[in-house]
Amino acid sequence: MTLQVDSQGSVGVSESAANGTVNGDGTKASWRGGQLWLLLPALALLAIFFAYPLFDVVLRSFRDSQGGFTTQNYEAFFSRAIYIRVLLLTIEIAFLTTVFSLIVGYPLAYVLANSGPTVRSFMMLCVMLPFMTSILVRTYGWMVILRPNGIVNTALATLGLGEIQLIYNRGGLMIGMVYTMLPYMVLTLYSVMRGIDGRFVAVAQSLGAGRWSAFWRIYFPLSMPGVAGGSLLVFILAAGFYITPRLMGGDRDQMLASIIAYQVDVLLNFNFASAIAVILLIITLACFGLYARIVGLKQLLTSKV
Amino acid sequence: MGSDALINPSLPVRIAAWVMLAFLMAPVLIIIPVSFSSAQYLSFPPPGFSLQWYERFFGNKDWLSAIWVSVQVATLSAGLTIVVSTLAAIPLARSDFSRKTLVYGLLLAPMIVPVIITAIALYFVFARIGMGGTVIAIAIGHTIVVMPIAIVVLSATLQGVDSRLENAAMSLGASRFQAFRKVTLPLIAPGIISAGLFAFLTSFDELVIPLFLGGPNAQTLAVRIWNSVMLEIEPTIAAVSTFLIALTVLVMIAANLVKKARRWA
Repeated sequence: MTLQVDSQGSVGVSESAANGTVNGDGTKASWRGGQLWLLLPALALLAIFFAYPLFDVVLRSFRDSQGGFTTQNYEAFFSRAIYIRVLLLTIEIAFLTTVFSLIVGYPLAYVLANSGPTVRSFMMLCVMLPFMTSILVRTYGWMVILRPNGIVNTALATLGLGEIQLIYNRGGLMIGMVYTMLPYMVLTLYSVMRGIDGRFVAVAQSLGAGRWSAFWRIYFPLSMPGVAGGSLLVFILAAGFYITPRLMGGDRDQMLASIIAYQVDVLLNFNFASAIAVILLIITLACFGLYARIVGLKQLLTSKV
Repeated sequence: MGSDALINPSLPVRIAAWVMLAFLMAPVLIIIPVSFSSAQYLSFPPPGFSLQWYERFFGNKDWLSAIWVSVQVATLSAGLTIVVSTLAAIPLARSDFSRKTLVYGLLLAPMIVPVIITAIALYFVFARIGMGGTVIAIAIGHTIVVMPIAIVVLSATLQGVDSRLENAAMSLGASRFQAFRKVTLPLIAPGIISAGLFAFLTSFDELVIPLFLGGPNAQTLAVRIWNSVMLEIEPTIAAVSTFLIALTVLVMIAANLVKKARRWA
């Protein structure tokens, strides 16, 4: 489930990460042992600027304003209806985003994986260009299209139809979220689907299966690793998302990330913000644990899909 | 990789796929004509052609200094990412050691943690050591975010280079370092360049880290856009956005050229 630029320089999301890292054939002998210190700069950077800061957030979440130990930050979170609502809303939005991305992304990945080289290159470009473009640029594009005096509403007015509120509400948020997450879903599904041999489906059909049943009974089960991987990836990313909900959602659609930012930026409530961050982190890690269980961490690190 | 036989998707499925592609491209494509609009306000289709929004963009000190900050941040973080990731990729691709999966897991961890959490965690730490609001702080933050991807890419690239070539060089008298520098490094250079381009672009566009780690003296282009978009949807942003789309296209073309160059080599 890694976002990657492959060795040929194309960027994509792939199930395969550094395949074959665990191997023991003799050709690696020249580097066996003795080179481990080369890992030190990366590990040191992560220890100082990632692991320690995260540990600091966890400690901070158990601190009161005087610096003593307390669980009041968590108690405050779980005893207030508004925070419970934000927590449930975050899970709900992430779940809906996942479902819609799958429904929308599956046919796209399917056609992408089963097209000839020319069409596939063009389609891939149409997926990659938005994916690589700044998320702010894309969100701004949606604002131009969807806002009250935007293109859609202008077109509706020209047709003599009334204006509809397409942004700064739940609908706008869903459009923005599904749009942002769609490339992750499509590229994960695609990498699995490219490995499916179409002859299995052809055989099923030659044995009398209809097109539909050949798809559901042969192709779809074979694509399940992509469905599971893509869905969990999208859920994990959507649950922690900040930019799109802030720009395209309504005031009532703010998710955990927005609340964390608000506590830090506006209220300077660092300890409470840390507690919310820990809660979001636990949700994320739990989902990732599920991912490792279903898709397999080993697969994530070593397989070539 | 790659299926031996393709399935021919039915027409409705193909139509659905192309509609989704249009959905993906729509916001990117709509911005470009809007940025050349002669209207004083946001309108579509534009009533006429004008470069007024580009003049406002490139004639404004704030925008230019934001670009400069972004260039500094992206260059620093891409450079740091490449050096650290290339070094780490060597043992990951070439050595066998126990707990390799664990090390890999640690190195990839920043990919799993939501960026907002990484951002506030770094915000607290940098504030404490008095490095908050600096270009270096943002660059380090971006390095943390982009390094896992670079490590995956570079160890995959190294995996694709036959280590017997190095062995051959060493058997002919080269030291291990010489063998790496003269034989392996040129072979993985395209991978390093494309990882660097990717890191540069990611850092240039990323918003959440500089939103927390930046300050009045280190406002990146992304933060500047964010502040504008939160206030009003003015067409200057369309010009800025078109500039960023052009940058993205250039980086994608450059990565593609690197890929082609490698094929010829």
